Amino acid sequence: MKRLLALLLVSLFTLAAAQGQLEIFSWWAGDEGPALQALIDQYQGMYPDVEVENATVTGGSGVNARAVLKTRMLGGDPPDSFQVHAGQELIGTWVVADRMEDLTFLYKEQGWLEKYPAGLIDLLSAEDGIWSVPVNIHRSNVMWYNPAKIAELGISVPTTWDEFLSSCSSVQAQGVTPLVMGENWTQQHLWESVALGVLGPDDWDALWSGDLAFNDPKLIKVWDTFGEVLACTNDDAAGLSWQQATDRVVSGEAAFNIMGDWAAGYMSTTLGLTPGEGFGWAASPGTEGVFMMLSDSFGLPKGIANRDNTLNWLRLLGSVEGQDIFNPLKGSIAPSFDSDLSRYNAYSQAAAADWKTNRVVGSLVHGAAAKEAFMSQFATVLEIYLSSNNAGSAANAAQAIASQVGVGQ
Amino acid sequence: MSVAIKRRRANWRWLYYSLLGLTTLFFLVPVYLVIVTSLKEPATINLATTWQLPEKWYWQSFAEAWIAFAPKLLNSLILTVSATILSALLGSMNGYVLSKWQFRGANIIFPLMLFGMFIPYQSILIPLFQFLRGIGLYGSIGGLVLAHVVYGLPITTLIFRNYYAEIPNEMLEAGKIDGAGFFGIYRSIIFPLSISGFVVVIIWQFTQIWNEFLFAVTLSRISSQPITVALANLAGGEAVKWNLPMAGAILAALPTLLIYILLGRYFIRGLLAGSVKG
Amino acid sequence: MKLNRDRITAILMLLPSIILLGIFVYGFIGQTAYTSLTDWGLNPAQALAINPEIKFVGFDVYRELFTGFIDVRFRQDLVNTFFFTIFFITGSLGIGLLLAFLLDQNIKGENFFRTIFLFPMSLSFIVTGTVWRWLLQPRGGLNTLPTLIGLEPGQFRWLTSRRQIWQFNWQDLPYFTGLLVAAILILITVNSFRQSRRQRLIISLISLILVLAWTFSGARSVELLPYPETHGFNLAFIGIIMAAVWQMSGYTMALYLAGLRGIPGELREAARVDGAGEWQLYRYVILPLLQPITLSAMIILGHISLKIFDLIFAMAGADNATTDVPALLMYLTTFRGNQFSKGAAIAMVLLIMVAAVIIPYLWTSLRSEVKR
Repeated sequence: MKRLLALLLVSLFTLAAAQGQLEIFSWWAGDEGPALQALIDQYQGMYPDVEVENATVTGGSGVNARAVLKTRMLGGDPPDSFQVHAGQELIGTWVVADRMEDLTFLYKEQGWLEKYPAGLIDLLSAEDGIWSVPVNIHRSNVMWYNPAKIAELGISVPTTWDEFLSSCSSVQAQGVTPLVMGENWTQQHLWESVALGVLGPDDWDALWSGDLAFNDPKLIKVWDTFGEVLACTNDDAAGLSWQQATDRVVSGEAAFNIMGDWAAGYMSTTLGLTPGEGFGWAASPGTEGVFMMLSDSFGLPKGIANRDNTLNWLRLLGSVEGQDIFNPLKGSIAPSFDSDLSRYNAYSQAAAADWKTNRVVGSLVHGAAAKEAFMSQFATVLEIYLSSNNAGSAANAAQAIASQVGVGQ
Repeated sequence: MSVAIKRRRANWRWLYYSLLGLTTLFFLVPVYLVIVTSLKEPATINLATTWQLPEKWYWQSFAEAWIAFAPKLLNSLILTVSATILSALLGSMNGYVLSKWQFRGANIIFPLMLFGMFIPYQSILIPLFQFLRGIGLYGSIGGLVLAHVVYGLPITTLIFRNYYAEIPNEMLEAGKIDGAGFFGIYRSIIFPLSISGFVVVIIWQFTQIWNEFLFAVTLSRISSQPITVALANLAGGEAVKWNLPMAGAILAALPTLLIYILLGRYFIRGLLAGSVKG
Repeated sequence: MKLNRDRITAILMLLPSIILLGIFVYGFIGQTAYTSLTDWGLNPAQALAINPEIKFVGFDVYRELFTGFIDVRFRQDLVNTFFFTIFFITGSLGIGLLLAFLLDQNIKGENFFRTIFLFPMSLSFIVTGTVWRWLLQPRGGLNTLPTLIGLEPGQFRWLTSRRQIWQFNWQDLPYFTGLLVAAILILITVNSFRQSRRQRLIISLISLILVLAWTFSGARSVELLPYPETHGFNLAFIGIIMAAVWQMSGYTMALYLAGLRGIPGELREAARVDGAGEWQLYRYVILPLLQPITLSAMIILGHISLKIFDLIFAMAGADNATTDVPALLMYLTTFRGNQFSKGAAIAMVLLIMVAAVIIPYLWTSLRSEVKR
């Protein structure tokens, strides 16, 4: 009887808790909106009394969202839960500033420690805590192509950058762009694939632990290779969105494109192409067996009004059910090992297989490997390289920024 | 003599008209493109056929844009109307004091007030945010109204001050002799003469606030977002289908455009007043 | 007695506005100025803490901005703003004057034309930016215009071109500044010679000699940076300038038109009677009368162009480095890079530039008003 009463009380409590509001802050709109909405719908089904505010701030590639988020955090008015790239973007900005709650208890409660790869947990951890719940996994180092076009051009998919560069001029001679690139950040995106391909995963990790300097000769080689690759790209890059760049591969105007695997979502969902037939993919040159990952995650800010509702939201995000609702729509894969692969398309299934077996490293551009302060100034480094064409100055600038913001500390 | 001049002028007229034609083209080409693009089916929009008329008139974009934008338009309307009225009333009172009740130090205070309309708002953005947060107005339309009223004060004060300077002091003296005080004079003499001043100020402020972006993007929440932010989000989001941003741009531009077309004369007076001397 | 009470009421009625502006303008600027002298944001752990421990570091951040290795982008942004301002003002003034001149010729349908030339002024920069962004797509819009009459499409990369012309070395900045100051001093000297103001003539002559001497001896050896650094005019700005001129030249037209209408008809008649042709009438009578308008327009446009933000944001995006300006960089540095003190310093540089344009203007126009 007592136990029954206690149970009743507990359920009353949870009922009482599952009221009020939940504000979810993200920059997912447009093509990415439906996936988030599906999750919110699911949440509303479970907690119908909670009023969910989907506070999406889009535009300017997330820069507006960041501005709003930061001013709100500065003013001591955190949203209940906000989207943040797992890894250093979260840790180097919010955790070190002591604005987040440790979620280790939630991981233990939900048994997530066994369900996620150890490499991912490492990425989310710092200072003896786990700081956010990942909802998806994207791969950064993927090279996309149009199989029919590749056959027509008479080339094979390159496995090293040297191979790519050797076929570059013959592709150009046929009036096709060897590698199509888009606006600013996609150039940085290309850089990280080139760097990973030239350096290999060990040296890549060494960069971020501070064991390899940014002006090491190895990095000079990265910049030199990057310069040669750039010579094989389109001259109107800065005016294209990543989707427009992808369009050029699909239409056969360009042979290859390096982009994260959200491009697979775009080509299969928006353009209606069949993975493997309408478009093909491979690890970007020199990175076979390495999975450069990035992940969107949500954390628990300190001092929020609706902590219990937020915890329920995080439970949903971390559950395999929630992840399998979200990811097929988003075009990403679930971090959880238990994911039901039958709900995903051929590309995602292949990516999920790689996720389990490959060496996992973090992406620079998408917030996993580097602090936000470094990442945001990396655009300047690229700019220095593009305007001076001097690998040395770019490498020195990168090193100067790295020591200023304390990369690896 | 004057016949000769007329003939010479007549010879130039074809040049005048062709120059006018050219410049008109320069001003209207973007308009053509907006309208044409907004009326095309999304699938038929591509870079090569930018300039062609739509094969089929596709009004759906406006319906879609309307659904997405209606709440934002309402936000903008509430924000703009209330901030406009408040800043106009305050400006009118300030202008009255500064033009008719000169006190020592007014010549220092007025330019100090005016300077506020020229500053780059980046230089006050973070403190402003923290202040609004502190008084609990962040993210509400109220907070935006407050910001627009305060930073609108210099221009409204300026316009009214110059406007009231034209009212002869003798009229005020007459009022004083009749025993009217500060408010009495304002009510019975100044205010009734202010109508066209108010029209100028209201149009000016309406246009400015409706079109503003920086405050709108940093001080609003999704529920209080004005139209400019919604438009920038729509167009700045990736994978743009251009019909929707173009239809959205038309919706966002319509209110100020209508005011301009209907009340252009007053709009121009506001413009000219903005250059301090008037 | 009553009058006195009214006077106090008057001041009381003005007081709320004064207090509001005092806080919102001067108080907030003070706070930003203070932030720019601290290290807020240099250390990520302190950047976004609830109660950050902020250290006062003096002018370190400013020194970084102007001479630091990494902040090359800020210096290019200053150069961008400089060129943008020059072309934007010249373009708006030129087209505005042309339009006003045309409309002043007893044109049929004057109202119609005026409405068309002025309507962009009623639009938001966001609307303009969105529209022109579509117009300037690298493989569409303007570039495909020639194909309509059977020509090759244009190849220019509006907004994204990386070409830079008129490059100069940042090291030579003191030298160029010296030349500029000397040029201004020469103007003043010549003017005071003409007006035979002896005192002013002597002072300006002496300063001129000193400035010239410094420019040709010392200026070149000032080492701002430890290495040469080139900056120049980014051609990607041409598109932005076009859109800005499209939006603002109606404004200068309205100003000029008001000025032209203010010139008494008798003056024109008198000039004609004296045998002046149409061209001479404009060159010697009307243009000089419009000079004060040109000056106000330059200042209003100048401060707009220094502050330009939303137009570029909507047109080229925040990340397009070749079309970057300080107002955008401030936004990115502060809110993406979390470097609050650096963002504040950029905002202060911006404010100082605007103030340098606006304060003399406010001062002279209000002083002449008092005289009047």
